Amino acid sequence: MTTTAQQKVKVTNRLGLHARPAMLLAETAQRFGGDVTVQRADQDNGVDAKSIMQIMMLAATAGTELIIAATGDDAEAAVKELAALVAAGFDEA
Amino acid sequence: MKLIDIVVQDAIAPTLAASTRDEAIAALMDMLVDAGKVGQSDRDEFIKAVIKRENRGSTGFGNGVAVPHLKQASVKTVVAAIAICAEGIDFNALDGNPVHSIFLLLSPEDQPELHLEAMEAVFGSLSQETFRRFLRQASTVKEVVTLLTDADTRQLSA
Repeated sequence: MTTTAQQKVKVTNRLGLHARPAMLLAETAQRFGGDVTVQRADQDNGVDAKSIMQIMMLAATAGTELIIAATGDDAEAAVKELAALVAAGFDEA
Repeated sequence: MKLIDIVVQDAIAPTLAASTRDEAIAALMDMLVDAGKVGQSDRDEFIKAVIKRENRGSTGFGNGVAVPHLKQASVKTVVAAIAICAEGIDFNALDGNPVHSIFLLLSPEDQPELHLEAMEAVFGSLSQETFRRFLRQASTVKEVVTLLTDADTRQLSA
């Protein structure tokens, strides 16, 4: 059975979603089987969370609210893990 | 932010002759030095820093493009240089493919939002297959500039 999940999370690290965090997000998203998207809460459309290039196009600065959404058997786990990464500021200062 | 505002027109190399990643990065930086955007005294340090960043994680994000970059306190505005290399360069890219189009991007260290806006502009174009193909086919500075202008005004079809 296909499930969907989504969660809102705020970008906390000072530098925002620059290349390294984008890569971490994409690599993590790629581990999950279903579609995973990330979207700015202030925009209408999400991008493929498995694509670094697309994540970089969000230009998400510190404080930006993101909506992470996933489908598939592991949707819940995907959303949880990605949101945790963002919330932890990607272990950056 | 528009590509045409950050790409230094005197720092576009449509036919770069470099065989390694580090040579390419040095050549891109030299164009910014010659264009007066990077001080001669900063050159070596900047090249070293870009390579160090690259060694921590390749900015060869796939599809033949790489965006090596650097945030530095002494950089006052976002500037970019572009090189196109027909032969392809090993950038240790994520998809393992050689890189044909390189954007070197320098941003002020204390304005992360500027850096993100520049990255958005760069990837907004590089993520389009049409843009990547046209860029790789460009053989003159003028062709590259025209392409950047078209991309800025979204005249490229996806």
